[in-house]
Amino acid sequence: MSATRTLVLAWSALMCLLFATVGASFVLTGPWSIVTSLAIALAKAALIFWFFMHLREEAGLVRLVAIGAGAWLLILILLSMTDYATRPALGGMTN
Amino acid sequence: MTDSNALDSRPDRNDPHDPGLSETMTERESYLRAGHTLRSWLLTTDHKRIAILYLITVTVFFFIGGAAAVLMRADLVTPQGDLLSNEGYNRAFTLHGVIMVWFFLIPSIPTTFGNFLIPLMIGARDLAFPRLNLLSWYIYMLGGLFTIYVLIAGGVDTGWTFYTPLSSMFANGHVVLVAVAVFIVGFSSIFTGLNFIVTVHKLRAPGMTWGRLRLFIWSHYATSLILVLATPVLSMTLVLMAAERLFGIGVFDPKLGGDPILFQHLFWFYSHPAVYIMVLPAIGVASELVAAAAHKPIFGYWFVAGSSIAIAIISFLVWGHHMFVAGQSMYASAVFSFLSLAVAVPSGIKIYNWTATLYKGHIALDPPFFFAASFIGLFVVGGLTGLVVAMMAVDVHVHDTYFVIAHFHYIMVGGTVSAYFGALHFWWPKMVGRTYFLVWGRLTAIFIFLGFNLTFFPQYILGYLGMPRRYHVYDPAFQVLNVLSSAGASILAIAYVLPFAYLIYSMRYGDPAGPNPWGVTGLEWTVPSPPPKENFAEIPVVTTGPYDYPMELESRDG
Repeated sequence: MSATRTLVLAWSALMCLLFATVGASFVLTGPWSIVTSLAIALAKAALIFWFFMHLREEAGLVRLVAIGAGAWLLILILLSMTDYATRPALGGMTN
Repeated sequence: MTDSNALDSRPDRNDPHDPGLSETMTERESYLRAGHTLRSWLLTTDHKRIAILYLITVTVFFFIGGAAAVLMRADLVTPQGDLLSNEGYNRAFTLHGVIMVWFFLIPSIPTTFGNFLIPLMIGARDLAFPRLNLLSWYIYMLGGLFTIYVLIAGGVDTGWTFYTPLSSMFANGHVVLVAVAVFIVGFSSIFTGLNFIVTVHKLRAPGMTWGRLRLFIWSHYATSLILVLATPVLSMTLVLMAAERLFGIGVFDPKLGGDPILFQHLFWFYSHPAVYIMVLPAIGVASELVAAAAHKPIFGYWFVAGSSIAIAIISFLVWGHHMFVAGQSMYASAVFSFLSLAVAVPSGIKIYNWTATLYKGHIALDPPFFFAASFIGLFVVGGLTGLVVAMMAVDVHVHDTYFVIAHFHYIMVGGTVSAYFGALHFWWPKMVGRTYFLVWGRLTAIFIFLGFNLTFFPQYILGYLGMPRRYHVYDPAFQVLNVLSSAGASILAIAYVLPFAYLIYSMRYGDPAGPNPWGVTGLEWTVPSPPPKENFAEIPVVTTGPYDYPMELESRDG
């Protein structure tokens, strides 16, 4: 019973965040819109990892593996951004 | 069937000490004889049998990829490219790259020696997921069959790198089918990596702490991390490329709002770490062969182990060095150049520690040591020229020339293939239970070393003088060096075929090897050769560290 309650609560939180995403897209513009959307998406992903993918029940090693996957995605994005964010200012091919 | 009839007719089949033709008692109780039918091999979940399946199939792909190289080297003997058409040459080097990278180098050491040895070295009866292990082989075969089909159906000419917009908009041939083949074989890699990681974490024998793991295990653990973390990115990238080619979805095409360099970012995020997928297992093999040859504990165990993990991590931070002249921003190039130079640190640690291990060792000049020494020398040359191409300014000069070809062949062929043959010569008696002619092993190692250098050293000079890669019609001024390179390739080809003869001969006529023919330490050498199906009659309790050799020399020399 309590497991179901937890899942329903997590789902409700995800729904709230969905509304927040939609709301933010109307209210915010420019870079802040992207930052907010990404932050909300991160929160959603965290909820899914923690509750639906049962990371809260797992030992530290399994959590470390999950964090590792996220960290590696971050490496891909951040180091790619050293190119994309600086290409117009510091030379390189632009469209 | 013929074999069992022949065995039945032998008079000495009950004499376990009878060398040569007769089967020993150990062989009769080994994994090799645990089921004689084809079905018992094709449906096996025994890690040792799966290793043998992989050994046979990667060898087949090695020779298919090698055949493409032979065609290319023959074509390059004359500056006009008399043997192959332009299109044919493009298809030959693409096929060579695709097959050698994904169907030989990446699976080679992990799926054969890793599969065979990891459970034996950590004191387990099998890998954590034996059926997943078999599935990985079938998936590998499925990917391989796709590739063979493409080969028969006419090939592909994008190069193994599938760069857009060539692959997505212009190339003819079966680009999508090859991408599918590589996509499929990626799952095989992921399954193997996953299996190794879980096995090392969960199935170590009592007392087998992390500090008692062999360096072969550490390097395979590091390799597995890369396999699991990087391979999905390649799969996604190839899907995006195929989607753009088939449906015109704008990811890489600037006309549709895409960015062609994005393909290179995503591709090399996988493919640069993939270089370390290829070389880290070879590094693990070298550590084993060096310690075994010197009969000494490895110098700086934790540094060698830690540097494998460091290489695995740093390998993910360097991919942009492939794109210095591709239009990447100067800032990104500077960042990637600096990070690329950093890989030299853990690589250097290994080289120095191997050298220090050999210092004052009782070095056994057996074939495995010849291959290990060859590996170290070639890896150093390949690694140092890697530093050359990691420098932005020099890379502008040598990018896309034969200098780069020579550099990565020194790492992948000089390094990995030498280590692969070293591993084959070191663990062959364990795998089949028979010894081979050591003198032939030594000769092969020497021929490979000489043939390799004659093939690839001239390519450094060619590249530095400006001969671009992937051209088959070239300036006649480059002919002498190209002929030298092709001559070297023919020596190399013969040297690669040689072991076939004496290793297969040894399976039937070699002397029984005994459990520990090299007189070295390690759990795999405590079990009979070839090992029984269940590896250990009783799971061992480990009480000592790895490479537990007596330190008599130090005490004698003061």
